Amino acid sequence: MKKLTKSDHLKIYSYMLKIRRFEERSSQLYGMGHIGGFCHLYIGQEAVVVGVLMTIKKNDSVVTTYRDHGHMIARGLEPKKIMSELTGRVDGYSSGKGGSMHMFSKKNNFYGGHGIVGAQVPIGTGIAFTHKYNGDKNICRTYIGDGAMNNGQVFEAFNLAALWNLPVLYIIENNKYGMGTAVDRAAAGSDLYKRGEAFGIKGEIVNGMNVYSVIKAAEKAGEYVRSGKGPYILEVQTYRYRGHSMSDPAKYRTKTELEQYKSSDPIAIVKEEIIKKKVASKNELEKLDKEIIEEIKSAANFALESQFPNKEELYTDVYL
Amino acid sequence: MNIEILMPALSPTMTEGNLTKWFVSEGQKVKPGDVIAEIETDKATMEVEAVDEGFIKKLFYKEGDNNIPVNKPIALISDQIGEKIKEKNKTIIGTKSKDKKELEQTEVSEKENSKLGQDQITMRQAIRDTIAEEMRKDRKVFILGEEVAEYQGAYKVTQGLLEEFGEKRVIDTPISEQGFTGLAVGAAFKGLIPIVEFMTFNFSMQAIDQIINSAAKTLYMSGGQINCPIVFRGPNGAAAQVAAQHSQDFSSWYSHVPGLKVVAPSTSLNAKGLLRSAIRDPNPVIFLENEILYGLKGENSSEDFTIPFGKANIAKEGSDTTIVTYSIMLHKSLQAAEILKNEYNLNVEVIDLQSLRPLDSETIVNSVKKTNRIVTVEESWPFASVGSEVVNIVQKEAFDYLDAPIIKVNSADVPMPYSSELEKLYLPQIDDIVNAVKEVNYI
Ligand SMILES: Cc1ncc(C[n+]2csc(CCOP(=O)(O)OP(=O)(O)O)c2C)c(N)n1
Ligand SMILES: [Mg+2]
Repeated sequence: MKKLTKSDHLKIYSYMLKIRRFEERSSQLYGMGHIGGFCHLYIGQEAVVVGVLMTIKKNDSVVTTYRDHGHMIARGLEPKKIMSELTGRVDGYSSGKGGSMHMFSKKNNFYGGHGIVGAQVPIGTGIAFTHKYNGDKNICRTYIGDGAMNNGQVFEAFNLAALWNLPVLYIIENNKYGMGTAVDRAAAGSDLYKRGEAFGIKGEIVNGMNVYSVIKAAEKAGEYVRSGKGPYILEVQTYRYRGHSMSDPAKYRTKTELEQYKSSDPIAIVKEEIIKKKVASKNELEKLDKEIIEEIKSAANFALESQFPNKEELYTDVYL
Repeated sequence: MNIEILMPALSPTMTEGNLTKWFVSEGQKVKPGDVIAEIETDKATMEVEAVDEGFIKKLFYKEGDNNIPVNKPIALISDQIGEKIKEKNKTIIGTKSKDKKELEQTEVSEKENSKLGQDQITMRQAIRDTIAEEMRKDRKVFILGEEVAEYQGAYKVTQGLLEEFGEKRVIDTPISEQGFTGLAVGAAFKGLIPIVEFMTFNFSMQAIDQIINSAAKTLYMSGGQINCPIVFRGPNGAAAQVAAQHSQDFSSWYSHVPGLKVVAPSTSLNAKGLLRSAIRDPNPVIFLENEILYGLKGENSSEDFTIPFGKANIAKEGSDTTIVTYSIMLHKSLQAAEILKNEYNLNVEVIDLQSLRPLDSETIVNSVKKTNRIVTVEESWPFASVGSEVVNIVQKEAFDYLDAPIIKVNSADVPMPYSSELEKLYLPQIDDIVNAVKEVNYI
């Protein structure tokens, strides 16, 4: 693994914290009725996407699920525009027409934000197909939930990716539950990283609560895929602190289980590392904390002051 | 500066909640992420966390206080100890009231509720009870789907079924729609009676090949040997702001298919009668529920009654114009009928189709012969919708009775937008129905 510089460390810390503060603010705005429909928070999983972010190239593509706010922040997209989408405003990434689950930024190679479980997997494979077709040396990172790993099209995509040697990195975010169903109640043989074996796709399990482990694994896997060896699977073990969506009380797990994960909180680990390595002082970090709270607060204010789409927008964008 | 903490809405349909526990007291310091209270909602008990840093200045409610409206301040946080209550934080706190559409929906349910007597149940309960009764009567009936057992149903429709019938007959599936739908079709071929719950009908698209190519056609292809007694059920159509991929109306999609029967209940009472018929029917039946109607209370009956397929219900008699509708749009149509009576003295007849395939042409045609004018109202897209079929029947069988061209009221011919105002524009509203009826009356 490449040695992390001071600015790398601070980048990791601030992105992870930014995601967490953003999600807390989303939760509040949902409670107030500014955000509607479903709203899937990423709190607890920050190390996964931020770890991968540290290894990504600008022209690589990404595709993910409806649990996408953190993924967009990590992609360097603007919190104020993400929040604008969540609140259904014109300044949102989908002009208020997609909402929390369906956000895109073609310019930044971010291909969504998909609401149908599993659908993003063949799509990500097709984006990888295009990278290969164009011979551009970029790869597509395709995120998959643990629950989605039981959806048939995932395996059709795996087969195609292996058969045609496509540059796609599958990242399974195993947060232990698909809605209320624990992995072992849904997946026979719950080692999800092995599910490409039959197609000859290598897989590996990663501690997703520790961002440094994620960086290490994602770097190696990314190089493998980029070098033309075909697809690769990372199963990143993580945990979501909140319910599946806002109205899920998460009664299917114990408080002790949640507390256990919270006690090895991914952000706390980074903070400790930074202080231990004397990369930055407690004071510096506190200052950063304050700045991030302010940034997210002003993102929320920006969103709430942004306009709702015009009536005419109902009929635009159906066809080009 | 003071920041109010408001009673949060934790689900799209929640309007009030109970405060079950405070985790903080006045004067205490809180930071983002700290749990401050526990709230009980219509569906669940949830924790509320602080988003801002500061001191708890005031708690406005006690533990155990009930029915606190959403968006009412429950606590005040100040960034300084002992600071006086000054101006409220203008930007972040409670400016917007609940989504208008939801309010409208609540009005629908409250109006309906007040009309009826004591013995009422929600549509959710009606469906649940009927499944349970049929499972008690016939051991061949079983239910499977995502989160139907341990979680008690994503929309709590299968509450208590696991406890009563055990995991052999109430089965949680992985997110494998095509697989478990095909499996259920196979089980039905072999003599069981599966009830397949789609968490929402949007996900039935993953399985639509098994529904159409296997369930609907095998009786025909086998020369009448193999029938498929199965019920596919779940919420269909729009909920509240769940956007394009989660808000589709499949009524005309499935009604297109010979070999399927398609029904769409509108009240707790017809939900019971139609569901009983569906489970007892030897053919595949698509049972289209509606999430917004789950909480709607209505008449109950403990009798073992069925509603035959192909029989519409005249929900309101009238003489001036016929409205043909089904599912949630029945309620909007009835409200429109009231406005039309009060403001335009038009006496509208409202027909609730209940069953889309087979379709009760007789009731429709007889009504048009009386009223000479007809409007169809449904949530689906306009192209080749159920209303289009009604138009075809009427032009063929009652052409000479028509005094005006038929008007169809549908959702907009676009994918469902997320933003609440656009969503409202997309869906047929009471005003659209009123205007359509006025138009066929040349008003
Ligand atoms: C095809 C399909 N079936 C069901 C759903 C409803 N649903 C949405 S998320 C979800 C759970 C997915 O769990 P997982 O893949 O583990 O992702 P996570 O939510 O944990 O990130 C379900 C069942 C859906 N959106 N699409
Ligand atoms: Mg999961």
